[in-house]
Amino acid sequence: MSRKFTPKVVTANDLRMGDVVYMTAAGSWTRDHAEAELIEDEAHGELRLLAALGQPGIVVGPYLAEARAGANGPEPVHFREVFRTRGPSNYPHGKQEAAHV
Amino acid sequence: MYKYSDFDEAFVRERAAQFRGQVERRLSGALTEDEFRPLRLMNGLYLQLHAYMLRVAIPYGTLRADQMRQLAHIAETWDKGYGHFTTRQNIQFNWPKLPDVPDIIDALADVQMHAIQTSGNTIRNVTTDAFAGAAADEIADPRPVAELIRQWSTDHAEFQFLPRKFKIAITGSADDRAVIRAHDVGLQIVEKDGETGLRVFVGGGLGRTPMVGQELRAFLPKADLLPYLEAIVSTYNLMGRRDNKYKARIKITVFENGIDAFRAATEEEFARIRPSFEGVDQAMLREIEAQFALPDFEAAPVEFYERALEVDPLFRAWAGQNLTAHRRADHAIVTVSLKAHGQTPGDASASQMRVLADIAERYGYGELRISHEQNVVLPHLRKADLPAIHAQLLRAGLATANVGLLSDIIACPGMDYCALATARSIPVAQELATHFRKIGLEEEIGALKIKISGCINACGHHHVGHIGILGLDRAGVENYQITLGGDAGPATTIGERAGPGFAYDEVVPAIERILRAYLALRSDRAESFIEAFRRLGPAPFKEALYGEARDAA
Repeated sequence: MSRKFTPKVVTANDLRMGDVVYMTAAGSWTRDHAEAELIEDEAHGELRLLAALGQPGIVVGPYLAEARAGANGPEPVHFREVFRTRGPSNYPHGKQEAAHV
Repeated sequence: MYKYSDFDEAFVRERAAQFRGQVERRLSGALTEDEFRPLRLMNGLYLQLHAYMLRVAIPYGTLRADQMRQLAHIAETWDKGYGHFTTRQNIQFNWPKLPDVPDIIDALADVQMHAIQTSGNTIRNVTTDAFAGAAADEIADPRPVAELIRQWSTDHAEFQFLPRKFKIAITGSADDRAVIRAHDVGLQIVEKDGETGLRVFVGGGLGRTPMVGQELRAFLPKADLLPYLEAIVSTYNLMGRRDNKYKARIKITVFENGIDAFRAATEEEFARIRPSFEGVDQAMLREIEAQFALPDFEAAPVEFYERALEVDPLFRAWAGQNLTAHRRADHAIVTVSLKAHGQTPGDASASQMRVLADIAERYGYGELRISHEQNVVLPHLRKADLPAIHAQLLRAGLATANVGLLSDIIACPGMDYCALATARSIPVAQELATHFRKIGLEEEIGALKIKISGCINACGHHHVGHIGILGLDRAGVENYQITLGGDAGPATTIGERAGPGFAYDEVVPAIERILRAYLALRSDRAESFIEAFRRLGPAPFKEALYGEARDAA
């Protein structure tokens, strides 16, 4: 028996800048986790991942990361993904440098 | 210090031009990521958690002042104004953007530096004692041999696709400051009957299967070094496993086949290829040795230095902790701590790099070193100049008097940067340093090596820390295992796991319990933590760690 599918977002790193990006419902890329498409169906998730893999000129290493619905949009679940929405803890660099986190 | 030959210069420029073309083709879509990845890794470019990371080689940890200034320039122009010095004596830039990397590589080439073979399954940067050429206790400066190995291994056609990465370290002193027995090959310069040779260790390494290197040859004549190394790496290239990444390092090859079988195969290959080395390498070594001639040391009276020790307690504390005996009595080796309490171990800002370059140029014969303990070393300073130098370091935030103490922690970048990490390392190091300063116990505890890795690959050398901390992911939560009794010195020892791990916010209190037990149990102030641990064994420290929890349960 397969395990119950848990919600996901498609995430990757930007090819040029190297920073963390997420796929929106429109199929574009955003820097903001809350703007990502929350994928609740396994088959749809696979299709979205395939769509991401088909954009090697824009992103590197796309994968499905666990997420959950939050008040302002999808939120990360695992601490690694939480760090990816912020940046390192020793300097205010990365996404936390910008206003949107 | 070594200056590039025309051959080196042409090679590095050609590689820089090739990489520029590769980046252009990746950006245009002509190369896929699968095609580009091995090419960027051959040039030290990783894609990490939040950004690309460029790892620049600092061969055997030796830098000139102009090179340090160029690293500062790169940090300010293409990164976020700082660099991170690593346990492999390299520097990493954490925020380069892919289109800028070819310009960075060109800027490195302008000062005879590069990022070649800082990644991939090749022979990596050869590391050595940060005090090489300056230490009072060394038999010979190991850097000419390290440079010979660099030239031999760079772009060596046979060794570009080894089963796994390959790390060589060399020391010229019996007091091993290069952790040679935790390397794939460790070399120690030794003397026998007036002849200089090498003691060769093989099969050391940390990572998920930590092993201490075993002696392969007690005495190898210096002239046999390259053919012997070539025989070792060739033997490994054929005998090493390629079916399982986790069993591909030479330590597993040696372990599975046994040191005797590995030695027999190496010696057979050595006998076969030795005649083809007709002395060109030795002629090259002599040329290299001439370039590592010691600076023309300027004699200077030490009275002013001694007077400063008497009257200035801050200077005295710093000198007591951060100086090492130089081969000349009127000089000293200074270790500049990159471990200010609460700062990131191994990080230096661009302005700090410039201060260090200026000091090296004005007072230090232009030489700098990066230590595997992530500090900067000024190897040749006149004692007479030290009060003035200390004042300059103070103004730059570089005068922390903690070398060899609790807060002089090795920490890998961990999950603040690294894509492989399973937990954070840096904030654990920061909190340990600030906590023990706050409670005023750091000096009381004295000599102690804490080393922190954010994953099983052990870049933070936790296995050989007196206290090692390993960050793991346990069911989606950061969890830290503690190891005790490791040692990175000549008696290399792998620490043993104390027991179950601790949550992120339990680590500092756990370390405090261990160290309060040490303070209560040590025979006197002169007995260091590791000496007390060796005398008492792990039991009282485990009791301190877990006793309380066990009682509460």
